[in-house]
Amino acid sequence: MTKKQVHLAAHFPGVNNTTVWSDPTSGSHIEFASFVEFAQTAERGLFDFLFLAEGLRLREQGGRIYDLDVVGRPDTFTVLAALAAVTERLGLTGTINSTFNEPLEVARQFATLDHLSGGRAAWNVVTSWDAFTGENFRRGGYLPQDQRYERARTFLETATEIWSSWNGDEILADKRTGRFLTTPRPGRFAHQDAHFEIEGQFNVPRSPQGRPVIFQAGDSDEGREFAAASADAIFSRYSRLDEGRTFYSDMKGRLARHGRRPEDLLILPAATFVLGDTDAEAADLAHEVRLAQVSPATAIKFLEQLWNTDLSDHDPDGPLPAFDPVVSDELFSKGRASVRMNRNPVEVAREWRERAQANRWSTRELVIDVTGRQAFVGSPASVAAELDEFVQADASDGFILVPHVTPGGLGRFVDEVVPLLQERGVHRTAYAGATLRENLGLPVAPSGAGGKRVEAAS
Amino acid sequence: MSARADRLRLAVALEGAGWHPAAWREPAARPAELFSPRYWADLVTEAEAGLVDLVTLEDSLTLQTSDRFGDFGDDRTDHVRGRLDAVLVAARVAPLTRHIGLLPTATVTHTEPFHVSKAIATLDHVSRGRAGVHVQVAPRQRDAALIGRRTFAPVPNGDLDSPAGQLLLHDAFDEAADYVEVLRRLWDSWEDDAEIRDVATGRFIDRDKLHHIDFEGRWFNVKGPSITPRPPQGQPVVAALADRSIPHRLVGRSTDIGFVTPRGTGDIAPIVAEIREAQASAGREGETVHVFGDLVVVLAESEPAAHDRLAGLDEAAGATYRSDARIFTGSAAELADLLADWRAAGLTGVRLRPAVLPDDLQAITRRLVPELQRRGLFHDHYEASTLRGLLGLPRPANRYATA
Repeated sequence: MTKKQVHLAAHFPGVNNTTVWSDPTSGSHIEFASFVEFAQTAERGLFDFLFLAEGLRLREQGGRIYDLDVVGRPDTFTVLAALAAVTERLGLTGTINSTFNEPLEVARQFATLDHLSGGRAAWNVVTSWDAFTGENFRRGGYLPQDQRYERARTFLETATEIWSSWNGDEILADKRTGRFLTTPRPGRFAHQDAHFEIEGQFNVPRSPQGRPVIFQAGDSDEGREFAAASADAIFSRYSRLDEGRTFYSDMKGRLARHGRRPEDLLILPAATFVLGDTDAEAADLAHEVRLAQVSPATAIKFLEQLWNTDLSDHDPDGPLPAFDPVVSDELFSKGRASVRMNRNPVEVAREWRERAQANRWSTRELVIDVTGRQAFVGSPASVAAELDEFVQADASDGFILVPHVTPGGLGRFVDEVVPLLQERGVHRTAYAGATLRENLGLPVAPSGAGGKRVEAAS
Repeated sequence: MSARADRLRLAVALEGAGWHPAAWREPAARPAELFSPRYWADLVTEAEAGLVDLVTLEDSLTLQTSDRFGDFGDDRTDHVRGRLDAVLVAARVAPLTRHIGLLPTATVTHTEPFHVSKAIATLDHVSRGRAGVHVQVAPRQRDAALIGRRTFAPVPNGDLDSPAGQLLLHDAFDEAADYVEVLRRLWDSWEDDAEIRDVATGRFIDRDKLHHIDFEGRWFNVKGPSITPRPPQGQPVVAALADRSIPHRLVGRSTDIGFVTPRGTGDIAPIVAEIREAQASAGREGETVHVFGDLVVVLAESEPAAHDRLAGLDEAAGATYRSDARIFTGSAAELADLLADWRAAGLTGVRLRPAVLPDDLQAITRRLVPELQRRGLFHDHYEASTLRGLLGLPRPANRYATA
């Protein structure tokens, strides 16, 4: 029986404390050379794609810009288009917000990126609803929470209709007869719902993939249904084996209801890794990385995000605060999705206190534990085996790897783990397809599918 | 002969298969490749080989139409239709070029200044200081209907000189001025040395060097700061097409370059005067604002041969080509004569719109440029590593920095 392939992707390290910018080998997070090195390393490792996250307002805490993590990043579309020039097969995945953009613009930019990369564009569809971010945009802020997925769903539907407005057979460009188009008025579309009322002619002809590969990251029941109905891949948060298997089977189980096969949706959790010559050396390194990621100051800032108040006088080496978090709609920390998801901070604080007491942990040690994501830690052989087993156990279809150093943090993985995965027969030895959709093994987007194409008036 | 600091600046405007509607049918045209990256890379590389200062890339949200004022498109099948997002084309070409400036067109009437600001800042990062933006208004229902945010009533007969037309333009260009103000404030919202990486205190940035821009205007409010650090040039270059008084005022007030449309040499002095006056009222007397004349060019070995080329193109198109800019037919030497006259009349540069690609672009780079160099009007190497440098613009101080 053939083994499942391990899909690999590389997340350009972003603006959170995963990135150890204090590492002496840490380079620029904005100079293009860093993006080139990172992308070319991923392509050398025959990865499926590069992944970029996005945040449209700098984070603030206590009314001031958060300064302990990397701050600043490029425009997603622009840097991906530039990377298309220095890579050949690597997919280019951008996280683009459906609240602070318009469907026509996003459809244009992804269709253009797909043309300019020869069919390597992918879109991670995210939603946002805070007035804080809205202060940077014409549209302004607030979207009621119950409308978030509704807007995201109709946004994607609308964009898909726009992409489907060209079939791919409209351009003839016959110099002799002077016929450029086979049909007048290509790209006609009209869409009307509670969120969007737009019409006209789309001006980007059908791109190599028809539409970009669609990623989704939401985790509520609504988010999972949205993904089961419309996504090609999920950027998931479940990177522990048990929770990964539960999520995987839940998601794959939802597909049949939408007329889709299990292999039509890939589950790709984010994963960090630390490599050493031996497992013991890697474990030591991993501990050092965690200490660097959660400095005493970062531990306090993290605590403030749950307690929702200023804790600058709190001792990071002492116990957790004895008082309960401040429950309020007014958030002390802004622009951070994780904070907005703190549904019951008093309860969470109680659990943390119990864990800290049971383990005799200081505040910082507790934070190191609760912010720890599954990391693959070990020698290259151990990590390759673990990644393979994880995928074969149906806990995922692969991984979106997040190195903790930019831009060189991927190098050792590519040089030492990838060959072992190839030996195990679970990672390609050459790109098989030209487009990202082909390399991910996803079905081709049917021409004109999903769209209510408006026929030209005769 | 080595060129002086006030040499002529040369821009080339890239549009589809060329500016003439029948350009795509010429033997060297590549109409089936208009949506491929190689096509655009080849054109910009050709322009760079000719030491052209910058290229502009046309764009619009709408599909091309010959019905300029209609709410919807036309039924033609004999013209080029479809285009790619110009900012992304510029980004795709940036790593393949080293010297030439890249000015994509951005529609400002319907887009978010926050997004466009970081896109152009990023273009400046990926091109290491060669980015700019050509801002364009589109106060038309055809464009507005694609976004669904606002509506525009049609101007009777499309007459922009009527009172309704003037009001429409006035508002659209006022909004454009606010938009450029927001772009510029966001580019300055990070001071150059904001990233400190101070391991001792754990601070990646000095947040006192990041600034909310707090822009509040009639059309939008933007808080800031940008999510993208200050671009290498500090301020990327801003340009606008200006074919009448209202946009002339935008150029004087807000931009670094105006692309103007004189028909004859005599038109130049009044245009330049209008821009300089607007520049002075905006308190920008001390700044360099370039005024480039726009010309559609149909080049050949002689004027009669060029005239025949244009006639052939018009015949293929079934109509006489008309443009907002003057259409030049002639030899490279005759064009050099005209450019020298225009330079003497007060223009600081020209933006040439090749009627046919790549033919007229190659005529510019391989015949016009050597002719201008012989006359000492043009440089013989790229004398600066940034676009601002090529244009003689200093790297500006940050408006938020406290010295």
